[in-house]
Amino acid sequence: MASDHEIDIDRVAELARLELTPAEKEKFSRQLGDVLHHIRQLEQVDVEGVEPTAHAFPLFNVWADDVAQPGLPVAAALRNAPVQRDHMVAVPKIVD
Amino acid sequence: MADELYYQSVADLSARLEHKDLSSVELTRAVIDRTRSVEAKIHAFNSFDEDDALAQAAASDARRAAGASGGPLEGIPVGLKDVIAVENQPLTASSRMLANFVSPYDSTVTQKLKKTGAVLWGRLNLDEFAMGSSTENSATGVTTNPWDPSCVPGGSSGGSAAAVAAGEAIVTLGSDTGGSIRQPAALCGVVGMKPTYGLVSRFGLIAFASSLDQIGPFAHTVEDIAILLQAIAGHDERDSTSFQSAVPNYRAALAQKKGPWKLGIPKEYFGEGLDPEVGAAVEAAIAYYRGQGCEIKAVSLPHTQYCLDAYYVIATAEASSNLARYDGVRYGHRSPEAKEIGELYFKSRAEGFGDEVKRRIMLGTYVLSSGYYDAYYLRAQKVRTLIRQDFLNAFYDVDALITPTTPTPAFKIGAKVDPLALYLCDIYTIGANLAGLPAISVPCGFASSGLPIGLQLIGQPFAEAELLAVAQAYEHGHDWNQRHPQL
Repeated sequence: MASDHEIDIDRVAELARLELTPAEKEKFSRQLGDVLHHIRQLEQVDVEGVEPTAHAFPLFNVWADDVAQPGLPVAAALRNAPVQRDHMVAVPKIVD
Repeated sequence: MADELYYQSVADLSARLEHKDLSSVELTRAVIDRTRSVEAKIHAFNSFDEDDALAQAAASDARRAAGASGGPLEGIPVGLKDVIAVENQPLTASSRMLANFVSPYDSTVTQKLKKTGAVLWGRLNLDEFAMGSSTENSATGVTTNPWDPSCVPGGSSGGSAAAVAAGEAIVTLGSDTGGSIRQPAALCGVVGMKPTYGLVSRFGLIAFASSLDQIGPFAHTVEDIAILLQAIAGHDERDSTSFQSAVPNYRAALAQKKGPWKLGIPKEYFGEGLDPEVGAAVEAAIAYYRGQGCEIKAVSLPHTQYCLDAYYVIATAEASSNLARYDGVRYGHRSPEAKEIGELYFKSRAEGFGDEVKRRIMLGTYVLSSGYYDAYYLRAQKVRTLIRQDFLNAFYDVDALITPTTPTPAFKIGAKVDPLALYLCDIYTIGANLAGLPAISVPCGFASSGLPIGLQLIGQPFAEAELLAVAQAYEHGHDWNQRHPQL
Protein backbone atom coordinates (compact mmCIF):
# COMPACT_ATOMS: atom_id res chain seq x y z
CA MET A 1 0.00 0.00 0.00
CA ALA A 2 1.44 3.36 -0.94
CA SER A 3 1.60 5.64 2.02
CA ASP A 4 0.78 9.28 1.47
CA HIS A 5 1.32 9.97 5.13
CA GLU A 6 5.02 9.56 5.79
CA ILE A 7 5.84 9.30 9.44
CA ASP A 8 8.90 11.23 10.66
CA ILE A 9 10.60 8.09 11.93
CA ASP A 10 13.61 9.93 13.41
CA ARG A 11 11.42 12.14 15.55
CA VAL A 12 9.15 9.30 16.68
CA ALA A 13 12.10 7.03 17.54
CA GLU A 14 13.69 9.88 19.48
CA LEU A 15 10.48 10.47 21.47
CA ALA A 16 10.10 6.71 22.08
CA ARG A 17 13.75 6.36 23.16
CA LEU A 18 14.46 3.63 20.63
CA GLU A 19 17.75 3.36 18.75
CA LEU A 20 17.03 2.19 15.19
CA THR A 21 19.37 1.03 12.43
CA PRO A 22 18.96 2.59 8.95
CA ALA A 23 17.34 -0.66 7.75
CA GLU A 24 14.89 -0.62 10.67
CA LYS A 25 14.01 3.01 9.98
CA GLU A 26 13.15 2.14 6.40
CA LYS A 27 11.12 -0.94 7.38
CA PHE A 28 9.25 0.62 10.29
CA SER A 29 8.38 3.85 8.49
CA ARG A 30 6.88 1.84 5.62
CA GLN A 31 4.92 -0.48 7.95
CA LEU A 32 3.71 2.34 10.19
CA GLY A 33 2.76 4.34 7.10
CA ASP A 34 0.52 1.48 5.98
CA VAL A 35 -1.11 1.20 9.40
CA LEU A 36 -1.65 4.98 9.60
CA HIS A 37 -3.17 4.91 6.14
CA HIS A 38 -5.73 2.38 7.44
CA ILE A 39 -6.31 4.34 10.64
CA ARG A 40 -7.15 7.47 8.68
CA GLN A 41 -10.52 5.85 7.96
CA LEU A 42 -11.45 7.40 11.31
CA GLU A 43 -11.64 10.75 9.49
CA GLN A 44 -14.88 9.52 7.86
CA VAL A 45 -16.71 9.35 11.20
CA ASP A 46 -18.83 12.32 12.24
CA VAL A 47 -17.70 12.96 15.82
CA GLU A 48 -19.24 16.42 16.13
CA GLY A 49 -20.46 16.84 19.71
CA VAL A 50 -19.35 13.34 20.78
CA GLU A 51 -17.59 13.06 24.15
CA PRO A 52 -14.37 11.02 24.21
CA THR A 53 -14.34 7.71 26.13
CA ALA A 54 -11.23 7.01 28.18
CA HIS A 55 -12.74 4.06 30.05
CA ALA A 56 -15.78 1.97 29.20
CA PHE A 57 -17.18 2.40 32.71
CA PRO A 58 -15.81 5.64 34.08
CA LEU A 59 -15.25 5.69 37.81
CA PHE A 60 -14.72 9.02 39.51
CA ASN A 61 -13.20 9.99 42.83
CA VAL A 62 -11.84 6.63 43.86
CA TRP A 63 -10.41 7.36 47.28
CA ALA A 64 -8.31 5.29 49.58
CA ASP A 65 -7.83 5.95 53.29
CA ASP A 66 -4.58 7.80 53.89
CA VAL A 67 -2.99 5.03 55.89
CA ALA A 68 0.64 4.02 55.48
CA GLN A 69 1.02 0.49 54.09
CA PRO A 70 4.19 -1.55 54.20
CA GLY A 71 6.16 -1.24 50.94
CA LEU A 72 8.55 -3.72 49.39
CA PRO A 73 11.62 -4.45 51.52
CA VAL A 74 14.79 -2.95 50.01
CA ALA A 75 16.21 -6.36 49.09
CA ALA A 76 13.02 -7.29 47.21
CA ALA A 77 12.80 -3.92 45.47
CA LEU A 78 16.41 -4.15 44.31
CA ARG A 79 16.34 -7.82 43.44
CA ASN A 80 15.94 -7.13 39.72
CA ALA A 81 18.18 -4.06 39.51
CA PRO A 82 20.80 -4.52 36.75
CA VAL A 83 23.49 -2.84 38.87
CA GLN A 84 23.21 -1.89 42.53
CA ARG A 85 25.44 -0.41 45.18
CA ASP A 86 24.77 0.51 48.83
CA HIS A 87 21.00 -0.14 48.62
CA MET A 88 20.73 1.98 45.47
CA VAL A 89 20.38 1.41 41.75
CA ALA A 90 23.61 2.40 40.02
CA VAL A 91 23.46 4.14 36.61
CA PRO A 92 26.06 5.63 34.27
CA LYS A 93 27.16 9.18 34.96
CA ILE A 94 24.33 11.72 34.41
CA VAL A 95 26.26 15.04 34.67
CA ASP A 96 29.88 15.84 33.95
CA MET B 1 -14.63 -36.26 28.05
CA ALA B 2 -11.73 -38.52 27.32
CA ASP B 3 -10.47 -40.88 30.03
CA GLU B 4 -7.14 -39.17 30.58
CA LEU B 5 -6.97 -37.29 33.87
CA TYR B 6 -5.51 -34.23 32.18
CA TYR B 7 -8.62 -33.82 29.98
CA GLN B 8 -11.13 -34.03 32.84
CA SER B 9 -13.08 -30.95 33.90
CA VAL B 10 -12.49 -29.11 37.16
CA ALA B 11 -16.07 -29.98 38.13
CA ASP B 12 -15.40 -33.73 37.75
CA LEU B 13 -11.89 -33.67 39.19
CA SER B 14 -12.91 -31.70 42.25
CA ALA B 15 -15.63 -34.27 42.96
CA ARG B 16 -13.07 -37.08 42.72
CA LEU B 17 -10.61 -35.20 44.92
CA GLU B 18 -13.39 -34.60 47.42
CA HIS B 19 -14.25 -38.31 47.49
CA LYS B 20 -10.56 -39.13 47.96
CA ASP B 21 -10.38 -41.48 44.98
CA LEU B 22 -7.80 -39.10 43.52
CA SER B 23 -5.09 -36.99 45.14
CA SER B 24 -3.79 -33.64 43.95
CA VAL B 25 -0.31 -35.17 43.78
CA GLU B 26 -1.58 -37.89 41.40
CA LEU B 27 -3.40 -35.32 39.27
CA THR B 28 -0.47 -32.91 39.21
CA ARG B 29 1.89 -35.74 38.31
CA ALA B 30 -0.42 -36.71 35.41
CA VAL B 31 -0.31 -33.12 34.14
CA ILE B 32 3.49 -33.00 34.53
CA ASP B 33 3.91 -36.31 32.67
CA ARG B 34 1.63 -35.11 29.89
CA THR B 35 3.58 -31.85 29.66
CA ARG B 36 6.87 -33.74 29.46
CA SER B 37 5.57 -35.86 26.59
CA VAL B 38 4.06 -33.10 24.40
CA GLU B 39 5.79 -29.87 25.36
CA ALA B 40 8.67 -30.27 22.91
CA LYS B 41 6.07 -30.14 20.14
CA ILE B 42 3.78 -27.44 21.62
CA HIS B 43 6.04 -25.03 23.56
CA ALA B 44 3.10 -23.71 25.58
CA PHE B 45 5.33 -22.81 28.53
CA ASN B 46 8.12 -20.33 29.07
CA SER B 47 8.97 -22.12 32.30
CA PHE B 48 7.59 -24.53 34.85
CA ASP B 49 8.78 -25.89 38.16
CA GLU B 50 7.77 -29.54 38.70
CA ASP B 51 9.05 -29.75 42.28
CA ASP B 52 7.24 -26.58 43.27
CA ALA B 53 3.97 -27.84 41.69
CA LEU B 54 4.25 -31.21 43.45
CA ALA B 55 4.97 -29.47 46.76
CA GLN B 56 1.85 -27.33 46.29
CA ALA B 57 -0.14 -30.47 45.44
CA ALA B 58 1.11 -32.27 48.57
CA ALA B 59 0.16 -29.24 50.66
CA SER B 60 -3.29 -29.28 49.07
CA ASP B 61 -3.75 -32.97 49.89
CA ALA B 62 -2.72 -32.25 53.46
CA ARG B 63 -5.26 -29.40 53.70
CA ARG B 64 -7.98 -31.65 52.38
CA ALA B 65 -7.06 -34.41 54.82
CA ALA B 66 -7.35 -31.83 57.61
CA GLY B 67 -10.81 -30.83 56.36
CA ALA B 68 -9.68 -27.41 55.11
CA SER B 69 -10.39 -27.56 51.38
CA GLY B 70 -10.48 -24.16 49.65
CA GLY B 71 -13.27 -25.03 47.20
CA PRO B 72 -13.60 -26.52 43.70
CA LEU B 73 -10.12 -25.42 42.58
CA GLU B 74 -8.42 -27.05 45.60
CA GLY B 75 -5.58 -29.20 44.25
CA ILE B 76 -6.27 -28.42 40.55
CA PRO B 77 -3.25 -27.42 38.37
CA VAL B 78 -3.91 -23.95 36.92
CA GLY B 79 -1.51 -22.43 34.35
CA LEU B 80 -0.84 -18.69 34.24
CA LYS B 81 0.03 -16.51 31.27
CA ASP B 82 3.51 -15.10 31.75
CA VAL B 83 2.23 -11.57 32.39
CA ILE B 84 0.56 -12.43 35.71
CA ALA B 85 2.89 -11.92 38.67
CA VAL B 86 3.62 -14.77 41.08
CA GLU B 87 5.93 -13.95 43.98
CA ASN B 88 9.44 -15.35 43.55
CA GLN B 89 8.61 -16.80 40.11
CA PRO B 90 9.90 -15.63 36.72
CA LEU B 91 7.75 -13.03 34.94
CA THR B 92 8.98 -12.43 31.40
CA ALA B 93 6.07 -11.28 29.17
CA SER B 94 7.96 -13.41 26.59
CA SER B 95 10.35 -10.48 26.17
CA ARG B 96 14.13 -10.23 26.24
CA MET B 97 13.47 -7.09 28.28
CA LEU B 98 12.33 -9.21 31.25
CA ALA B 99 14.26 -12.41 30.50
CA ASN B 100 15.74 -12.54 34.02
CA PHE B 101 12.99 -10.80 35.95
CA VAL B 102 11.67 -12.50 39.09
CA SER B 103 8.46 -11.04 40.51
CA PRO B 104 8.81 -9.60 44.01
CA TYR B 105 5.07 -9.87 44.67
CA ASP B 106 1.82 -11.65 43.75
CA SER B 107 -0.87 -10.26 41.49
CA THR B 108 -4.32 -10.06 43.04
CA VAL B 109 -5.59 -12.97 40.93
CA THR B 110 -2.58 -15.01 42.07
CA GLN B 111 -3.39 -14.29 45.71
CA LYS B 112 -7.01 -15.23 45.10
CA LEU B 113 -6.02 -18.50 43.39
CA LYS B 114 -3.66 -19.35 46.23
CA LYS B 115 -6.59 -18.91 48.64
CA THR B 116 -8.62 -21.44 46.66
CA GLY B 117 -5.85 -24.01 47.05
CA ALA B 118 -5.17 -24.28 43.30
CA VAL B 119 -1.77 -25.63 42.22
CA LEU B 120 -0.08 -22.80 40.28
CA TRP B 121 1.52 -24.50 37.33
CA GLY B 122 3.98 -22.85 34.97
CA ARG B 123 4.33 -19.58 33.09
CA LEU B 124 2.61 -19.70 29.70
CA ASN B 125 3.96 -18.29 26.45
CA LEU B 126 2.47 -15.26 24.68
CA ASP B 127 3.20 -12.66 22.05
CA GLU B 128 5.74 -10.30 23.62
CA PHE B 129 3.94 -7.99 26.09
CA ALA B 130 0.65 -9.51 24.81
CA MET B 131 1.05 -7.71 21.47
CA GLY B 132 0.01 -10.05 18.69
CA SER B 133 -2.51 -12.60 17.48
CA SER B 134 -0.35 -15.66 16.82
CA THR B 135 2.25 -16.05 19.62
CA GLU B 136 4.86 -15.68 16.86
CA ASN B 137 6.08 -12.46 18.48
CA SER B 138 7.44 -14.32 21.52
CA ALA B 139 11.14 -13.96 22.29
CA THR B 140 11.10 -17.60 23.47
CA GLY B 141 9.75 -19.01 20.20
CA VAL B 142 6.31 -19.74 18.77
CA THR B 143 3.73 -21.95 20.50
CA THR B 144 2.18 -24.40 18.03
CA ASN B 145 -1.47 -25.28 17.59
CA PRO B 146 -2.11 -28.73 19.14
CA TRP B 147 -4.54 -29.54 16.30
CA ASP B 148 -1.87 -28.89 13.67
CA PRO B 149 1.65 -28.01 14.78
CA SER B 150 2.31 -26.20 11.49
CA CYS B 151 -0.36 -23.66 12.50
CA VAL B 152 -0.41 -20.87 15.07
CA PRO B 153 -2.43 -21.24 18.30
CA GLY B 154 -3.60 -17.63 18.05
CA GLY B 155 -2.57 -14.98 20.51
CA SER B 156 -1.60 -13.27 22.44
CA SER B 157 -2.55 -15.90 25.07
CA GLY B 158 -1.48 -18.73 22.72
CA GLY B 159 0.31 -20.67 25.46
CA SER B 160 -2.74 -20.52 27.75
CA ALA B 161 -5.05 -21.86 25.00
CA ALA B 162 -2.65 -24.51 23.68
CA ALA B 163 -1.87 -25.82 27.19
CA VAL B 164 -5.56 -26.54 27.84
CA ALA B 165 -6.09 -28.03 24.37
CA ALA B 166 -3.02 -30.28 24.77
CA GLY B 167 -3.76 -31.35 28.35
CA GLU B 168 -0.73 -29.56 29.80
CA ALA B 169 -2.92 -27.82 32.39
CA ILE B 170 -6.52 -28.41 33.50
CA VAL B 171 -7.44 -24.74 33.17
CA THR B 172 -5.42 -21.54 32.61
CA LEU B 173 -5.60 -17.78 32.86
CA GLY B 174 -4.84 -15.36 30.05
CA SER B 175 -5.37 -11.68 29.39
CA ASP B 176 -7.45 -10.03 26.68
CA THR B 177 -6.85 -6.53 25.31
CA GLY B 178 -8.31 -6.93 21.81
CA GLY B 179 -9.21 -10.62 21.66
CA SER B 180 -6.15 -12.22 23.25
CA ILE B 181 -8.22 -14.79 25.16
CA ARG B 182 -11.12 -15.42 22.77
CA GLN B 183 -9.13 -15.63 19.52
CA PRO B 184 -6.64 -18.31 20.72
CA ALA B 185 -9.50 -20.16 22.47
CA ALA B 186 -11.32 -20.34 19.12
CA LEU B 187 -8.20 -21.41 17.22
CA CYS B 188 -7.34 -24.13 19.78
CA GLY B 189 -10.89 -25.47 20.29
CA VAL B 190 -11.34 -24.51 23.96
CA VAL B 191 -13.57 -22.11 25.88
CA GLY B 192 -12.15 -18.67 26.72
CA MET B 193 -13.77 -15.66 28.36
CA LYS B 194 -12.99 -11.97 28.68
CA PRO B 195 -14.95 -10.57 31.64
CA THR B 196 -16.47 -7.10 31.81
CA TYR B 197 -13.80 -4.43 32.20
CA GLY B 198 -13.39 -3.84 35.93
CA LEU B 199 -14.70 -7.23 37.14
CA VAL B 200 -11.22 -8.75 37.63
CA SER B 201 -8.37 -6.82 39.23
CA ARG B 202 -5.44 -5.87 36.98
CA PHE B 203 -3.06 -5.45 39.94
CA GLY B 204 0.04 -7.49 39.14
CA LEU B 205 -0.84 -7.91 35.46
CA ILE B 206 1.91 -6.51 33.22
CA ALA B 207 0.17 -3.57 31.56
CA PHE B 208 -0.32 -3.33 27.80
CA ALA B 209 -3.36 -1.03 27.32
CA SER B 210 -4.81 -0.22 30.72
CA SER B 211 -8.30 0.83 29.61
CA LEU B 212 -8.75 -2.44 27.66
CA ASP B 213 -6.76 -5.17 29.49
CA GLN B 214 -8.71 -7.79 31.40
CA ILE B 215 -7.66 -11.15 32.87
CA GLY B 216 -9.87 -14.15 32.09
CA PRO B 217 -10.10 -17.96 32.09
CA PHE B 218 -9.57 -20.83 29.60
CA ALA B 219 -11.17 -24.27 30.08
CA HIS B 220 -12.82 -27.18 28.27
CA THR B 221 -16.28 -26.42 29.67
CA VAL B 222 -18.39 -23.36 30.43
CA GLU B 223 -18.92 -24.64 33.99
CA ASP B 224 -15.15 -24.64 34.56
CA ILE B 225 -15.01 -21.07 33.23
CA ALA B 226 -17.65 -20.16 35.84
CA ILE B 227 -15.58 -21.81 38.59
CA LEU B 228 -12.40 -20.01 37.61
CA LEU B 229 -14.15 -16.65 37.12
CA GLN B 230 -15.68 -17.01 40.59
CA ALA B 231 -12.20 -17.38 42.04
CA ILE B 232 -10.69 -14.29 40.39
CA ALA B 233 -13.60 -11.78 40.20
CA GLY B 234 -14.25 -9.01 42.69
CA HIS B 235 -13.31 -5.53 43.81
CA ASP B 236 -9.68 -4.75 44.63
CA GLU B 237 -8.66 -1.44 46.14
CA ARG B 238 -5.23 -1.81 44.52
CA ASP B 239 -6.83 -1.41 41.06
CA SER B 240 -8.66 1.92 40.91
CA THR B 241 -10.61 0.78 37.83
CA SER B 242 -11.91 -2.26 39.68
CA PHE B 243 -15.68 -2.17 40.11
CA GLN B 244 -17.40 -2.23 43.49
CA SER B 245 -20.25 -4.63 43.01
CA ALA B 246 -21.34 -7.92 44.48
CA VAL B 247 -20.07 -10.98 42.58
CA PRO B 248 -22.90 -13.42 41.89
CA ASN B 249 -22.52 -17.18 42.24
CA TYR B 250 -21.81 -18.01 38.59
CA ARG B 251 -21.97 -21.76 38.93
CA ALA B 252 -25.31 -21.63 40.72
CA ALA B 253 -26.61 -19.23 38.08
CA LEU B 254 -25.84 -21.80 35.39
CA ALA B 255 -28.33 -24.16 37.00
CA GLN B 256 -30.99 -21.45 37.33
CA LYS B 257 -30.89 -19.50 34.07
CA LYS B 258 -32.45 -21.57 31.33
CA GLY B 259 -33.62 -19.05 28.76
CA PRO B 260 -35.05 -18.79 26.21
CA TRP B 261 -33.12 -15.67 25.35
CA LYS B 262 -33.37 -12.92 22.79
CA LEU B 263 -30.17 -13.12 20.77
CA GLY B 264 -28.93 -10.50 18.33
CA ILE B 265 -27.04 -11.15 15.12
CA PRO B 266 -24.99 -8.08 14.13
CA LYS B 267 -24.95 -8.07 10.36
CA GLU B 268 -21.59 -6.28 10.21
CA TYR B 269 -19.90 -9.43 11.57
CA PHE B 270 -20.95 -11.62 8.67
CA GLY B 271 -19.53 -9.73 5.70
CA GLU B 272 -16.49 -9.80 3.50
CA GLY B 273 -13.47 -11.72 4.82
CA LEU B 274 -15.46 -14.34 6.76
CA ASP B 275 -14.35 -17.87 5.88
CA PRO B 276 -17.38 -19.83 4.51
CA GLU B 277 -16.82 -22.79 6.85
CA VAL B 278 -16.65 -20.48 9.88
CA GLY B 279 -19.78 -18.70 8.67
CA ALA B 280 -21.63 -22.01 8.22
CA ALA B 281 -20.66 -23.23 11.71
CA VAL B 282 -21.92 -20.01 13.29
CA GLU B 283 -25.13 -20.12 11.24
CA ALA B 284 -25.68 -23.68 12.50
CA ALA B 285 -25.22 -22.45 16.08
CA ILE B 286 -27.78 -19.70 15.48
CA ALA B 287 -30.20 -22.30 14.10
CA TYR B 288 -29.62 -24.39 17.22
CA TYR B 289 -30.56 -21.50 19.51
CA ARG B 290 -33.64 -20.83 17.41
CA GLY B 291 -34.59 -24.49 17.75
CA GLN B 292 -34.27 -24.12 21.53
CA GLY B 293 -36.93 -21.41 21.52
CA CYS B 294 -34.63 -18.38 21.49
CA GLU B 295 -35.77 -15.33 19.57
CA ILE B 296 -33.16 -14.40 16.97
CA LYS B 297 -33.09 -10.74 15.95
CA ALA B 298 -31.02 -8.97 13.32
CA VAL B 299 -29.22 -5.98 14.84
CA SER B 300 -26.76 -3.43 13.56
CA LEU B 301 -23.55 -2.10 15.08
CA PRO B 302 -22.96 0.61 12.48
CA HIS B 303 -19.48 1.70 13.63
CA THR B 304 -18.01 -1.81 13.51
CA GLN B 305 -15.78 -0.99 10.55
CA TYR B 306 -13.96 1.60 12.69
CA CYS B 307 -13.24 -0.70 15.65
CA LEU B 308 -9.85 -1.84 14.37
CA ASP B 309 -8.63 1.70 13.70
CA ALA B 310 -9.87 3.11 17.00
CA TYR B 311 -8.29 0.16 18.79
CA TYR B 312 -4.87 0.54 17.21
CA VAL B 313 -4.78 4.23 18.14
CA ILE B 314 -5.98 3.78 21.74
CA ALA B 315 -4.13 0.54 22.54
CA THR B 316 -0.80 1.71 21.13
CA ALA B 317 -1.11 5.12 22.80
CA GLU B 318 -1.61 3.44 26.16
CA ALA B 319 1.17 0.94 25.42
CA SER B 320 3.67 3.66 24.56
CA SER B 321 3.00 5.18 27.96
CA ASN B 322 2.94 1.89 29.90
CA LEU B 323 6.14 0.58 28.33
CA ALA B 324 8.06 3.78 29.02
CA ARG B 325 8.93 2.19 32.38
CA TYR B 326 11.32 -0.24 30.67
CA ASP B 327 14.32 2.06 30.64
CA GLY B 328 17.12 -0.24 31.77
CA VAL B 329 17.48 1.55 35.10
CA ARG B 330 15.63 -0.22 37.94
CA TYR B 331 14.88 -3.62 36.38
CA GLY B 332 14.80 -5.33 33.02
CA HIS B 333 17.43 -5.47 30.31
CA ARG B 334 20.29 -2.95 30.54
CA SER B 335 22.54 -2.60 27.53
CA PRO B 336 26.16 -3.41 28.37
CA GLU B 337 27.17 -0.98 25.59
CA ALA B 338 25.67 2.15 27.18
CA LYS B 339 28.22 4.66 28.46
CA GLU B 340 25.93 7.53 29.42
CA ILE B 341 22.31 7.79 30.56
CA GLY B 342 20.77 8.72 27.20
CA GLU B 343 22.45 5.79 25.52
CA LEU B 344 21.25 3.58 28.35
CA TYR B 345 17.61 4.26 27.44
CA PHE B 346 18.01 4.05 23.66
CA LYS B 347 20.18 0.95 23.56
CA SER B 348 18.47 -0.98 26.36
CA ARG B 349 15.07 -0.51 24.72
CA ALA B 350 16.42 -1.29 21.23
CA GLU B 351 17.99 -4.53 22.48
CA GLY B 352 15.19 -5.53 24.87
CA PHE B 353 12.08 -5.11 22.69
CA GLY B 354 11.09 -7.12 19.61
CA ASP B 355 9.85 -5.59 16.37
CA GLU B 356 6.11 -5.65 17.06
CA VAL B 357 6.55 -4.01 20.45
CA LYS B 358 8.74 -1.32 18.85
CA ARG B 359 6.13 -0.73 16.14
CA ARG B 360 3.35 -0.30 18.68
CA ILE B 361 5.38 1.93 20.96
CA MET B 362 6.22 4.15 17.99
CA LEU B 363 2.67 4.21 16.65
CA GLY B 364 1.40 5.13 20.11
CA THR B 365 4.09 7.76 20.50
CA TYR B 366 3.13 9.23 17.14
CA VAL B 367 -0.63 9.43 17.78
CA LEU B 368 0.01 11.14 21.12
CA SER B 369 2.64 13.53 19.82
CA SER B 370 2.14 17.27 19.48
CA GLY B 371 0.20 18.11 16.33
CA TYR B 372 -1.37 14.66 15.95
CA TYR B 373 -3.14 14.14 19.29
CA ASP B 374 -6.48 15.64 18.23
CA ALA B 375 -6.48 14.04 14.80
CA TYR B 376 -5.76 10.52 16.03
CA TYR B 377 -6.01 9.92 19.77
CA LEU B 378 -8.86 12.26 20.68
CA ARG B 379 -10.79 11.28 17.55
CA ALA B 380 -10.33 7.56 18.33
CA GLN B 381 -11.66 8.11 21.84
CA LYS B 382 -14.76 9.79 20.40
CA VAL B 383 -15.25 6.93 17.94
CA ARG B 384 -14.94 4.60 20.93
CA THR B 385 -17.94 6.38 22.46
CA LEU B 386 -19.96 5.69 19.30
CA ILE B 387 -18.87 2.04 19.20
CA ARG B 388 -19.87 1.55 22.82
CA GLN B 389 -23.21 3.27 22.18
CA ASP B 390 -23.87 0.88 19.27
CA PHE B 391 -23.58 -2.08 21.64
CA LEU B 392 -25.70 -0.48 24.37
CA ASN B 393 -28.39 0.36 21.79
CA ALA B 394 -28.41 -3.26 20.60
CA PHE B 395 -28.82 -4.46 24.19
CA TYR B 396 -32.15 -2.60 24.50
CA ASP B 397 -33.52 -5.36 22.29
CA VAL B 398 -31.45 -8.47 23.01
CA ASP B 399 -29.77 -10.31 25.90
CA ALA B 400 -26.59 -11.23 24.04
CA LEU B 401 -24.99 -11.04 20.61
CA ILE B 402 -23.79 -13.96 18.49
CA THR B 403 -20.82 -13.57 16.13
CA PRO B 404 -17.91 -15.63 14.84
CA THR B 405 -14.88 -15.28 17.16
CA THR B 406 -12.44 -15.09 14.25
CA PRO B 407 -12.76 -14.63 10.48
CA THR B 408 -10.84 -17.87 9.76
CA PRO B 409 -9.54 -20.98 11.54
CA ALA B 410 -5.84 -21.09 12.55
CA PHE B 411 -3.39 -20.04 9.86
CA LYS B 412 0.07 -21.39 9.11
CA ILE B 413 3.06 -20.24 11.17
CA GLY B 414 4.81 -17.54 9.14
CA ALA B 415 1.85 -16.99 6.80
CA LYS B 416 1.11 -13.42 7.90
CA VAL B 417 4.21 -11.26 7.76
CA ASP B 418 2.47 -7.94 7.18
CA PRO B 419 1.51 -6.38 10.56
CA LEU B 420 -1.80 -5.11 9.20
CA ALA B 421 -2.82 -8.61 8.02
CA LEU B 422 -2.29 -9.88 11.57
CA TYR B 423 -4.24 -6.99 13.06
CA LEU B 424 -7.27 -8.06 11.00
CA CYS B 425 -7.40 -11.39 12.93
CA ASP B 426 -8.96 -9.49 15.83
CA ILE B 427 -11.66 -7.76 13.83
CA TYR B 428 -14.58 -9.50 15.62
CA THR B 429 -13.14 -9.43 19.12
CA ILE B 430 -11.95 -5.82 19.50
CA GLY B 431 -15.44 -4.29 19.86
CA ALA B 432 -16.07 -5.97 23.21
CA ASN B 433 -12.82 -4.52 24.57
CA LEU B 434 -13.55 -0.99 23.38
CA ALA B 435 -17.05 -1.20 24.89
CA GLY B 436 -15.79 -3.01 28.03
CA LEU B 437 -18.26 -5.89 27.57
CA PRO B 438 -17.99 -9.54 28.65
CA ALA B 439 -17.53 -11.98 25.77
CA ILE B 440 -16.87 -15.69 25.51
CA SER B 441 -15.69 -18.02 22.75
CA VAL B 442 -17.00 -21.59 22.74
CA PRO B 443 -16.05 -24.34 20.25
CA CYS B 444 -18.73 -24.63 17.53
CA GLY B 445 -17.29 -27.11 15.05
CA PHE B 446 -14.33 -27.99 12.89
CA ALA B 447 -13.25 -26.91 9.43
CA SER B 448 -12.61 -29.55 6.75
CA SER B 449 -8.91 -29.10 7.59
CA GLY B 450 -9.65 -30.47 11.08
CA LEU B 451 -9.02 -27.10 12.73
CA PRO B 452 -11.47 -25.85 15.40
CA ILE B 453 -13.95 -22.98 14.94
CA GLY B 454 -15.16 -20.64 17.70
CA LEU B 455 -18.52 -19.03 18.39
CA GLN B 456 -18.44 -15.66 20.16
CA LEU B 457 -21.20 -14.55 22.52
CA ILE B 458 -21.08 -10.93 23.74
CA GLY B 459 -23.05 -10.00 26.84
CA GLN B 460 -24.28 -6.93 28.67
CA PRO B 461 -21.98 -5.23 31.19
CA PHE B 462 -21.51 -7.36 34.32
CA ALA B 463 -24.03 -9.94 33.00
CA GLU B 464 -21.48 -12.77 33.07
CA ALA B 465 -23.94 -15.12 34.76
CA GLU B 466 -26.43 -14.70 31.90
CA LEU B 467 -23.71 -14.97 29.26
CA LEU B 468 -22.31 -18.18 30.74
CA ALA B 469 -25.81 -19.68 30.78
CA VAL B 470 -26.32 -18.80 27.10
CA ALA B 471 -22.95 -20.38 26.27
CA GLN B 472 -23.69 -23.51 28.26
CA ALA B 473 -27.07 -23.94 26.54
CA TYR B 474 -25.14 -24.34 23.28
CA GLU B 475 -22.42 -26.51 24.83
CA HIS B 476 -24.96 -28.95 26.30
CA GLY B 477 -26.40 -29.61 22.86
CA HIS B 478 -23.02 -30.39 21.27
CA ASP B 479 -20.00 -32.54 21.96
CA TRP B 480 -17.22 -30.54 20.30
CA ASN B 481 -15.33 -30.41 23.61
CA GLN B 482 -15.18 -34.21 23.73
CA ARG B 483 -12.71 -34.17 20.85
CA HIS B 484 -9.03 -33.75 21.52
CA PRO B 485 -6.04 -33.34 19.24
CA GLN B 486 -3.90 -36.38 18.40
CA LEU B 487 -0.48 -35.65 19.84
